[in-house]
Amino acid sequence: MSRPERDGAAGPTPARALRGMMRRDLLLLSRHPGAWLNPLAFFALVITLFPIGISPSASLLSDLAPGLLWVAALLATLLSLDGLFRDDAEDGSLEQLLLSPQPLPLLILGRVAIHWASTGLPLALMAPLLGVMLSLPAESYLLLMVALALGSATLGLIGAIGAALTIGVARGGIILPLLVLPLYVPVLIFGSGALQAAIGGGNAAPHLAVLGALLALALMLAPWATAAALRISLNG
Amino acid sequence: MRTICVYRAGPDVSFPEPDLSLHLQARKLACERDGRWLFGALDLEIQGGDILRVEGANGSGKTTLLKILSAQSLDYQGTLLWRGEPLRRVRRDFLSHLLYIGHASALKPALSALENLAWHAALAGQPSGDAERLAALSRLGLSGFEDLPVGQLSAGQQRRIALARLVLVRRRLWMLDEPFSALDRDGIQVLEALLSSHVRQGGSVVLTTHQPLHVEVPVRRLRLGEEGMDVTT
Repeated sequence: MSRPERDGAAGPTPARALRGMMRRDLLLLSRHPGAWLNPLAFFALVITLFPIGISPSASLLSDLAPGLLWVAALLATLLSLDGLFRDDAEDGSLEQLLLSPQPLPLLILGRVAIHWASTGLPLALMAPLLGVMLSLPAESYLLLMVALALGSATLGLIGAIGAALTIGVARGGIILPLLVLPLYVPVLIFGSGALQAAIGGGNAAPHLAVLGALLALALMLAPWATAAALRISLNG
Repeated sequence: MRTICVYRAGPDVSFPEPDLSLHLQARKLACERDGRWLFGALDLEIQGGDILRVEGANGSGKTTLLKILSAQSLDYQGTLLWRGEPLRRVRRDFLSHLLYIGHASALKPALSALENLAWHAALAGQPSGDAERLAALSRLGLSGFEDLPVGQLSAGQQRRIALARLVLVRRRLWMLDEPFSALDRDGIQVLEALLSSHVRQGGSVVLTTHQPLHVEVPVRRLRLGEEGMDVTT
Protein backbone atom coordinates (compact mmCIF):
# COMPACT_ATOMS: atom_id res chain seq x y z
CA MET A 1 0.00 0.00 0.00
CA SER A 2 1.77 3.08 -1.05
CA ARG A 3 0.47 6.57 -1.00
CA PRO A 4 0.86 8.51 -4.23
CA GLU A 5 3.51 11.14 -3.70
CA ARG A 6 1.19 14.09 -3.52
CA ASP A 7 3.79 16.52 -2.23
CA GLY A 8 5.70 17.05 -5.42
CA ALA A 9 3.01 16.18 -7.89
CA ALA A 10 2.12 18.65 -10.58
CA GLY A 11 -1.41 19.88 -10.81
CA PRO A 12 -3.29 22.49 -8.90
CA THR A 13 -0.83 22.76 -6.00
CA PRO A 14 0.60 26.16 -7.03
CA ALA A 15 -2.95 27.48 -7.22
CA ARG A 16 -3.62 26.10 -3.75
CA ALA A 17 -0.48 27.75 -2.42
CA LEU A 18 -1.46 31.02 -4.05
CA ARG A 19 -4.94 30.89 -2.53
CA GLY A 20 -3.52 30.07 0.90
CA MET A 21 -1.05 32.91 0.62
CA MET A 22 -3.69 35.46 -0.38
CA ARG A 23 -6.11 34.27 2.27
CA ARG A 24 -3.48 34.68 4.94
CA ASP A 25 -2.52 38.15 3.76
CA LEU A 26 -6.17 39.22 3.80
CA LEU A 27 -6.62 37.83 7.30
CA LEU A 28 -3.53 39.71 8.46
CA LEU A 29 -4.86 42.92 6.93
CA SER A 30 -8.15 42.47 8.73
CA ARG A 31 -6.33 41.94 12.05
CA HIS A 32 -3.98 44.91 11.49
CA PRO A 33 -6.12 47.59 9.84
CA GLY A 34 -3.31 50.10 10.40
CA ALA A 35 -1.28 48.47 7.65
CA TRP A 36 -3.70 49.67 4.99
CA LEU A 37 -5.36 52.61 6.74
CA ASN A 38 -2.10 54.48 7.43
CA PRO A 39 -1.15 55.11 3.78
CA LEU A 40 -4.72 56.25 3.08
CA ALA A 41 -4.68 58.64 6.01
CA PHE A 42 -1.29 59.91 4.91
CA PHE A 43 -2.59 60.51 1.38
CA ALA A 44 -5.60 62.44 2.66
CA LEU A 45 -3.59 64.51 5.13
CA VAL A 46 -0.95 65.55 2.62
CA ILE A 47 -3.54 66.61 0.06
CA THR A 48 -5.47 68.53 2.72
CA LEU A 49 -2.38 70.54 3.58
CA PHE A 50 -1.80 71.92 0.08
CA PRO A 51 -4.79 74.26 -0.14
CA ILE A 52 -3.89 75.54 3.30
CA GLY A 53 -0.22 75.94 2.53
CA ILE A 54 -0.36 77.28 -1.02
CA SER A 55 -3.52 79.18 -1.71
CA PRO A 56 -7.23 78.44 -1.80
CA SER A 57 -7.40 79.87 -5.32
CA ALA A 58 -9.29 77.35 -7.46
CA SER A 59 -7.46 78.07 -10.70
CA LEU A 60 -4.00 77.72 -9.15
CA LEU A 61 -4.91 74.53 -7.31
CA SER A 62 -6.48 72.85 -10.31
CA ASP A 63 -3.28 73.51 -12.25
CA LEU A 64 -1.23 71.86 -9.54
CA ALA A 65 -3.71 69.09 -8.74
CA PRO A 66 -2.46 66.35 -11.11
CA GLY A 67 1.10 66.60 -9.86
CA LEU A 68 0.10 66.92 -6.21
CA LEU A 69 -2.23 63.95 -6.31
CA TRP A 70 0.33 61.75 -8.00
CA VAL A 71 3.22 62.73 -5.77
CA ALA A 72 1.11 62.15 -2.67
CA ALA A 73 -0.09 58.78 -3.98
CA LEU A 74 3.48 57.81 -4.76
CA LEU A 75 4.68 58.69 -1.27
CA ALA A 76 1.74 56.88 0.31
CA THR A 77 2.67 53.77 -1.67
CA LEU A 78 6.27 54.07 -0.52
CA LEU A 79 5.08 54.30 3.07
CA SER A 80 3.27 51.00 2.75
CA LEU A 81 6.13 49.14 1.08
CA ASP A 82 8.42 48.67 4.05
CA GLY A 83 6.13 46.08 5.65
CA LEU A 84 5.74 44.04 2.48
CA PHE A 85 8.39 41.46 3.39
CA ARG A 86 9.98 42.72 6.60
CA ASP A 87 7.57 41.07 9.07
CA ASP A 88 7.86 37.80 7.22
CA ALA A 89 11.63 38.00 7.29
CA GLU A 90 11.64 38.57 11.03
CA ASP A 91 9.31 35.76 12.04
CA GLY A 92 10.77 33.15 9.70
CA SER A 93 7.80 33.02 7.31
CA LEU A 94 9.98 34.25 4.49
CA GLU A 95 12.39 31.37 5.02
CA GLN A 96 9.45 28.98 4.66
CA LEU A 97 8.27 30.84 1.57
CA LEU A 98 11.65 30.31 -0.10
CA LEU A 99 11.63 26.65 0.96
CA SER A 100 8.29 26.04 -0.65
CA PRO A 101 8.42 23.93 -3.81
CA GLN A 102 5.89 26.31 -5.35
CA PRO A 103 7.01 28.89 -7.92
CA LEU A 104 8.11 31.86 -5.84
CA PRO A 105 7.27 34.56 -8.44
CA LEU A 106 3.67 33.38 -8.39
CA LEU A 107 3.44 33.67 -4.60
CA ILE A 108 5.03 37.11 -4.78
CA LEU A 109 2.51 38.14 -7.40
CA GLY A 110 -0.25 37.08 -5.02
CA ARG A 111 1.20 39.13 -2.22
CA VAL A 112 1.62 42.23 -4.42
CA ALA A 113 -1.95 41.81 -5.68
CA ILE A 114 -3.27 41.87 -2.12
CA HIS A 115 -1.03 44.83 -1.35
CA TRP A 116 -2.44 46.68 -4.35
CA ALA A 117 -6.01 45.82 -3.42
CA SER A 118 -5.41 47.18 0.06
CA THR A 119 -3.47 50.35 -0.80
CA GLY A 120 -3.45 51.24 -4.51
CA LEU A 121 -7.09 50.53 -5.16
CA PRO A 122 -8.40 52.42 -2.09
CA LEU A 123 -6.09 55.30 -3.03
CA ALA A 124 -7.60 55.40 -6.50
CA LEU A 125 -11.14 55.24 -5.12
CA MET A 126 -10.46 57.98 -2.61
CA ALA A 127 -8.70 60.31 -5.04
CA PRO A 128 -11.83 62.05 -6.47
CA LEU A 129 -12.77 63.10 -2.94
CA LEU A 130 -9.43 64.83 -2.60
CA GLY A 131 -9.74 66.10 -6.16
CA VAL A 132 -12.72 68.13 -4.96
CA MET A 133 -10.47 69.75 -2.40
CA LEU A 134 -8.02 70.72 -5.14
CA SER A 135 -10.86 71.97 -7.39
CA LEU A 136 -10.14 69.38 -10.02
CA PRO A 137 -12.75 69.49 -12.82
CA ALA A 138 -15.40 66.83 -12.22
CA GLU A 139 -15.04 65.36 -15.74
CA SER A 140 -11.56 64.12 -14.95
CA TYR A 141 -12.49 62.04 -11.85
CA LEU A 142 -13.01 58.80 -13.71
CA LEU A 143 -9.74 59.25 -15.56
CA LEU A 144 -7.98 60.03 -12.28
CA MET A 145 -9.25 56.80 -10.77
CA VAL A 146 -8.31 54.66 -13.76
CA ALA A 147 -4.85 56.21 -14.05
CA LEU A 148 -4.16 55.84 -10.33
CA ALA A 149 -5.39 52.25 -10.29
CA LEU A 150 -3.13 51.35 -13.22
CA GLY A 151 -0.18 53.34 -11.97
CA SER A 152 -0.32 52.18 -8.36
CA ALA A 153 -0.21 48.55 -9.47
CA THR A 154 3.04 49.30 -11.29
CA LEU A 155 4.33 51.18 -8.23
CA GLY A 156 3.57 48.16 -6.02
CA LEU A 157 5.32 45.74 -8.35
CA ILE A 158 8.44 47.88 -8.66
CA GLY A 159 8.38 48.65 -4.95
CA ALA A 160 8.33 44.94 -4.13
CA ILE A 161 11.80 44.61 -5.70
CA GLY A 162 13.10 47.40 -3.52
CA ALA A 163 11.39 46.05 -0.42
CA ALA A 164 12.92 42.63 -1.06
CA LEU A 165 16.40 44.08 -1.51
CA THR A 166 16.27 46.15 1.68
CA ILE A 167 15.07 43.45 4.10
CA GLY A 168 18.56 42.91 5.39
CA VAL A 169 19.24 46.60 5.88
CA ALA A 170 18.66 47.51 9.50
CA ARG A 171 17.28 50.95 8.70
CA GLY A 172 15.81 50.40 5.29
CA GLY A 173 13.69 53.53 5.72
CA ILE A 174 15.73 55.82 3.51
CA ILE A 175 17.43 53.27 1.25
CA LEU A 176 14.14 52.01 -0.10
CA PRO A 177 12.96 55.40 -1.48
CA LEU A 178 16.41 56.04 -2.93
CA LEU A 179 16.27 52.72 -4.77
CA VAL A 180 12.70 52.90 -5.90
CA LEU A 181 11.90 56.55 -6.60
CA PRO A 182 13.95 56.83 -9.80
CA LEU A 183 11.99 53.88 -11.18
CA TYR A 184 8.74 55.60 -10.23
CA VAL A 185 9.44 58.63 -12.40
CA PRO A 186 7.95 57.25 -15.64
CA VAL A 187 4.72 56.37 -13.85
CA LEU A 188 4.62 59.83 -12.33
CA ILE A 189 5.18 61.54 -15.69
CA PHE A 190 2.53 59.61 -17.60
CA GLY A 191 0.09 59.50 -14.70
CA SER A 192 0.00 63.22 -14.15
CA GLY A 193 0.35 63.72 -17.92
CA ALA A 194 -2.93 61.88 -18.47
CA LEU A 195 -4.69 64.13 -16.00
CA GLN A 196 -3.17 67.32 -17.41
CA ALA A 197 -4.17 66.32 -20.90
CA ALA A 198 -7.74 65.74 -19.74
CA ILE A 199 -7.92 69.09 -17.96
CA GLY A 200 -6.42 70.90 -20.93
CA GLY A 201 -8.96 69.34 -23.28
CA GLY A 202 -6.39 67.05 -24.92
CA ASN A 203 -6.41 63.31 -25.42
CA ALA A 204 -5.49 61.27 -22.36
CA ALA A 205 -5.59 57.91 -24.11
CA PRO A 206 -1.90 57.79 -25.13
CA HIS A 207 -0.86 58.44 -21.53
CA LEU A 208 -3.13 55.70 -20.27
CA ALA A 209 -1.76 53.36 -22.92
CA VAL A 210 1.78 53.98 -21.70
CA LEU A 211 0.68 53.43 -18.10
CA GLY A 212 -0.84 50.12 -19.21
CA ALA A 213 2.33 49.18 -21.04
CA LEU A 214 4.41 49.99 -17.97
CA LEU A 215 2.12 47.78 -15.89
CA ALA A 216 2.43 44.92 -18.38
CA LEU A 217 6.20 45.22 -18.32
CA ALA A 218 6.29 45.31 -14.52
CA LEU A 219 3.95 42.30 -14.32
CA MET A 220 6.30 40.31 -16.49
CA LEU A 221 9.58 41.24 -14.88
CA ALA A 222 9.02 42.35 -11.29
CA PRO A 223 7.93 39.02 -9.74
CA TRP A 224 11.09 37.32 -10.98
CA ALA A 225 13.31 40.18 -9.92
CA THR A 226 11.65 40.21 -6.50
CA ALA A 227 12.14 36.46 -6.12
CA ALA A 228 15.83 36.81 -6.93
CA ALA A 229 16.14 39.77 -4.56
CA LEU A 230 14.53 37.80 -1.73
CA ARG A 231 16.95 34.93 -2.19
CA ILE A 232 19.89 37.32 -2.19
CA SER A 233 18.70 39.20 0.88
CA LEU A 234 18.02 36.12 2.93
CA ASN A 235 21.06 34.03 2.13
CA GLY A 236 23.72 36.47 1.11
CA MET B 1 5.62 -3.51 6.42
CA ARG B 2 4.42 -2.41 9.79
CA THR B 3 3.23 1.13 9.73
CA ILE B 4 2.64 3.22 12.76
CA CYS B 5 0.53 6.15 11.86
CA VAL B 6 -1.86 6.67 14.71
CA TYR B 7 -1.52 10.42 14.47
CA ARG B 8 -1.91 10.69 10.74
CA ALA B 9 -5.41 11.49 9.60
CA GLY B 10 -6.88 9.97 6.47
CA PRO B 11 -7.35 6.38 5.42
CA ASP B 12 -4.20 5.70 3.41
CA VAL B 13 -1.29 7.78 4.47
CA SER B 14 1.49 5.30 5.19
CA PHE B 15 4.82 5.81 3.48
CA PRO B 16 5.98 3.43 0.76
CA GLU B 17 8.65 0.83 1.48
CA PRO B 18 12.10 2.26 2.21
CA ASP B 19 13.68 2.96 -1.11
CA LEU B 20 16.31 5.06 -2.75
CA SER B 21 13.88 7.88 -3.40
CA LEU B 22 15.22 9.55 -0.29
CA HIS B 23 18.93 9.99 -0.69
CA LEU B 24 20.89 13.11 0.08
CA GLN B 25 24.61 12.94 -0.25
CA ALA B 26 27.33 15.45 0.58
CA ARG B 27 30.83 15.06 -0.79
CA LYS B 28 33.79 17.04 0.48
CA LEU B 29 31.51 19.68 1.84
CA ALA B 30 33.42 22.68 3.17
CA CYS B 31 32.26 25.98 4.48
CA GLU B 32 34.15 29.06 5.54
CA ARG B 33 32.70 31.97 7.44
CA ASP B 34 34.66 35.11 8.26
CA GLY B 35 38.02 33.50 7.54
CA ARG B 36 37.31 30.45 9.70
CA TRP B 37 36.61 26.96 8.42
CA LEU B 38 33.43 25.71 10.09
CA PHE B 39 33.98 22.36 8.46
CA GLY B 40 36.06 21.02 5.62
CA ALA B 41 35.87 17.85 3.55
CA LEU B 42 32.69 16.66 5.18
CA ASP B 43 31.20 13.49 3.71
CA LEU B 44 27.62 12.70 4.60
CA GLU B 45 24.86 10.45 3.47
CA ILE B 46 21.23 10.66 4.51
CA GLN B 47 18.81 7.94 3.50
CA GLY B 48 15.38 6.75 4.48
CA GLY B 49 15.39 5.56 8.08
CA ASP B 50 18.26 7.76 9.22
CA ILE B 51 18.46 10.15 12.12
CA LEU B 52 21.48 12.38 11.92
CA ARG B 53 22.16 14.46 14.96
CA VAL B 54 24.47 17.43 14.44
CA GLU B 55 26.28 18.46 17.60
CA GLY B 56 28.76 21.11 18.46
CA ALA B 57 29.34 24.14 20.59
CA ASN B 58 27.55 27.42 19.94
CA GLY B 59 28.91 28.95 16.78
CA SER B 60 30.35 25.69 15.47
CA GLY B 61 28.23 25.88 12.32
CA LYS B 62 25.26 23.62 13.03
CA THR B 63 22.68 26.00 11.63
CA THR B 64 24.95 26.85 8.71
CA LEU B 65 25.23 23.16 7.85
CA LEU B 66 21.46 22.75 8.02
CA LYS B 67 20.96 25.74 5.75
CA ILE B 68 23.39 24.28 3.24
CA LEU B 69 21.82 20.82 3.38
CA SER B 70 18.36 22.32 2.93
CA ALA B 71 19.44 24.12 -0.26
CA GLN B 72 18.93 27.54 1.29
CA SER B 73 22.54 28.67 1.34
CA LEU B 74 24.75 28.34 -1.71
CA ASP B 75 27.84 29.60 0.07
CA TYR B 76 29.82 26.35 0.31
CA GLN B 77 32.34 24.23 -1.51
CA GLY B 78 31.89 20.61 -2.44
CA THR B 79 29.03 18.66 -3.93
CA LEU B 80 25.51 17.99 -2.78
CA LEU B 81 23.59 15.26 -4.53
CA TRP B 82 19.89 14.53 -4.26
CA ARG B 83 18.99 11.11 -5.70
CA GLY B 84 22.32 11.16 -7.47
CA GLU B 85 21.81 14.50 -9.18
CA PRO B 86 23.34 17.85 -8.24
CA LEU B 87 21.04 19.47 -5.72
CA ARG B 88 20.97 22.82 -7.49
CA ARG B 89 19.48 21.24 -10.57
CA VAL B 90 16.76 19.25 -8.79
CA ARG B 91 15.99 21.82 -6.13
CA ARG B 92 12.23 21.87 -6.74
CA ASP B 93 11.97 18.10 -6.39
CA PHE B 94 14.16 18.15 -3.29
CA LEU B 95 12.09 20.87 -1.65
CA SER B 96 8.90 18.92 -2.26
CA HIS B 97 10.28 16.25 0.09
CA LEU B 98 11.72 18.55 2.71
CA LEU B 99 10.20 19.92 5.87
CA TYR B 100 12.47 22.46 7.51
CA ILE B 101 11.75 24.03 10.89
CA GLY B 102 14.24 26.68 11.89
CA HIS B 103 14.86 28.80 14.96
CA ALA B 104 12.11 31.22 14.00
CA SER B 105 8.65 29.77 14.39
CA ALA B 106 7.25 31.17 11.09
CA LEU B 107 3.98 31.87 12.87
CA LYS B 108 1.99 35.08 12.66
CA PRO B 109 1.11 36.33 16.16
CA ALA B 110 -2.16 37.83 14.98
CA LEU B 111 -3.46 34.60 13.48
CA SER B 112 -4.74 31.56 15.30
CA ALA B 113 -2.94 28.22 15.32
CA LEU B 114 -5.41 26.82 12.80
CA GLU B 115 -4.95 29.76 10.44
CA ASN B 116 -1.19 29.54 10.68
CA LEU B 117 -1.21 25.83 9.95
CA ALA B 118 -3.58 26.34 7.03
CA TRP B 119 -1.02 28.63 5.43
CA HIS B 120 1.80 26.16 5.99
CA ALA B 121 -0.17 23.31 4.46
CA ALA B 122 -1.17 25.46 1.49
CA LEU B 123 2.43 26.53 0.99
CA ALA B 124 3.38 22.88 0.84
CA GLY B 125 0.70 22.49 -1.81
CA GLN B 126 -1.15 20.05 0.37
CA PRO B 127 -4.90 20.07 0.88
CA SER B 128 -5.83 20.16 4.54
CA GLY B 129 -9.12 20.30 6.32
CA ASP B 130 -9.91 21.64 9.75
CA ALA B 131 -10.12 18.08 11.05
CA GLU B 132 -6.56 17.33 9.98
CA ARG B 133 -5.26 20.54 11.50
CA LEU B 134 -7.10 19.91 14.75
CA ALA B 135 -5.70 16.38 14.86
CA ALA B 136 -2.19 17.72 14.35
CA LEU B 137 -2.63 20.26 17.15
CA SER B 138 -4.09 17.73 19.55
CA ARG B 139 -1.18 15.38 18.83
CA LEU B 140 1.06 18.16 20.12
CA GLY B 141 -1.18 18.62 23.15
CA LEU B 142 -2.71 21.90 22.08
CA SER B 143 -6.39 21.06 22.11
CA GLY B 144 -8.31 24.08 23.28
CA PHE B 145 -5.80 26.61 21.95
CA GLU B 146 -6.73 26.32 18.28
CA ASP B 147 -8.53 29.62 17.92
CA LEU B 148 -6.46 31.92 20.10
CA PRO B 149 -4.09 34.35 18.42
CA VAL B 150 -0.69 32.71 18.53
CA GLY B 151 0.81 35.88 20.01
CA GLN B 152 -1.10 35.21 23.23
CA LEU B 153 0.46 31.79 23.71
CA SER B 154 3.69 30.97 25.51
CA ALA B 155 6.98 30.31 23.74
CA GLY B 156 6.64 26.58 24.36
CA GLN B 157 3.13 26.50 22.98
CA GLN B 158 4.24 28.41 19.90
CA ARG B 159 7.02 25.91 19.40
CA ARG B 160 4.44 23.12 19.60
CA ILE B 161 2.35 24.79 16.91
CA ALA B 162 5.41 25.02 14.68
CA LEU B 163 6.07 21.33 15.35
CA ALA B 164 2.47 20.43 14.53
CA ARG B 165 3.59 20.89 10.94
CA LEU B 166 5.52 17.63 11.33
CA VAL B 167 2.18 15.87 11.71
CA LEU B 168 0.20 17.95 9.24
CA VAL B 169 2.58 18.41 6.32
CA ARG B 170 3.62 15.02 5.04
CA ARG B 171 7.25 15.17 4.04
CA ARG B 172 9.86 12.46 4.23
CA LEU B 173 12.98 14.43 5.04
CA TRP B 174 12.85 16.56 8.17
CA MET B 175 15.48 19.14 9.04
CA LEU B 176 14.97 20.55 12.49
CA ASP B 177 17.11 23.28 13.98
CA GLU B 178 16.94 23.09 17.79
CA PRO B 179 13.44 21.60 17.79
CA PHE B 180 13.51 20.99 21.55
CA SER B 181 14.04 24.59 22.58
CA ALA B 182 11.33 25.94 24.90
CA LEU B 183 9.59 22.54 25.11
CA ASP B 184 8.64 21.09 28.49
CA ARG B 185 9.23 17.44 29.39
CA ASP B 186 5.92 16.32 27.99
CA GLY B 187 6.59 18.20 24.76
CA ILE B 188 10.01 16.60 24.45
CA GLN B 189 8.47 13.15 24.79
CA VAL B 190 5.88 13.89 22.13
CA LEU B 191 8.55 15.11 19.73
CA GLU B 192 10.76 12.08 20.42
CA ALA B 193 7.81 9.81 19.67
CA LEU B 194 7.19 11.69 16.43
CA LEU B 195 10.83 11.32 15.44
CA SER B 196 10.85 7.59 16.18
CA SER B 197 7.70 6.84 14.27
CA HIS B 198 8.79 8.99 11.33
CA VAL B 199 12.05 7.12 11.02
CA ARG B 200 10.41 3.73 11.45
CA GLN B 201 8.19 4.59 8.49
CA GLY B 202 11.20 5.19 6.31
CA GLY B 203 11.50 8.92 6.74
CA SER B 204 14.70 10.57 7.82
CA VAL B 205 15.67 13.38 10.14
CA VAL B 206 18.56 15.78 10.45
CA LEU B 207 18.45 17.76 13.68
CA THR B 208 20.57 19.89 15.92
CA THR B 209 20.09 19.83 19.65
CA HIS B 210 21.90 20.09 22.95
CA GLN B 211 19.36 17.83 24.64
CA PRO B 212 19.92 14.16 25.29
CA LEU B 213 17.85 12.41 22.64
CA HIS B 214 15.77 9.36 23.63
CA VAL B 215 14.47 7.68 20.52
CA GLU B 216 13.92 4.01 19.82
CA VAL B 217 15.99 4.02 16.65
CA PRO B 218 19.76 4.30 16.12
CA VAL B 219 21.02 7.85 15.89
CA ARG B 220 24.07 8.87 13.93
CA ARG B 221 25.99 11.77 15.40
CA LEU B 222 28.04 14.37 13.66
CA ARG B 223 30.24 16.53 15.84
CA LEU B 224 31.24 19.88 14.48
CA GLY B 225 34.11 21.51 16.25
CA GLU B 226 37.72 22.54 16.19
CA GLU B 227 39.07 19.04 16.71
CA GLY B 228 37.68 17.99 13.34
CA MET B 229 34.62 16.15 12.22
CA ASP B 230 33.76 12.59 12.80
CA VAL B 231 30.56 10.72 12.17
CA THR B 232 29.74 7.96 14.61
CA THR B 233 26.76 5.73 14.96
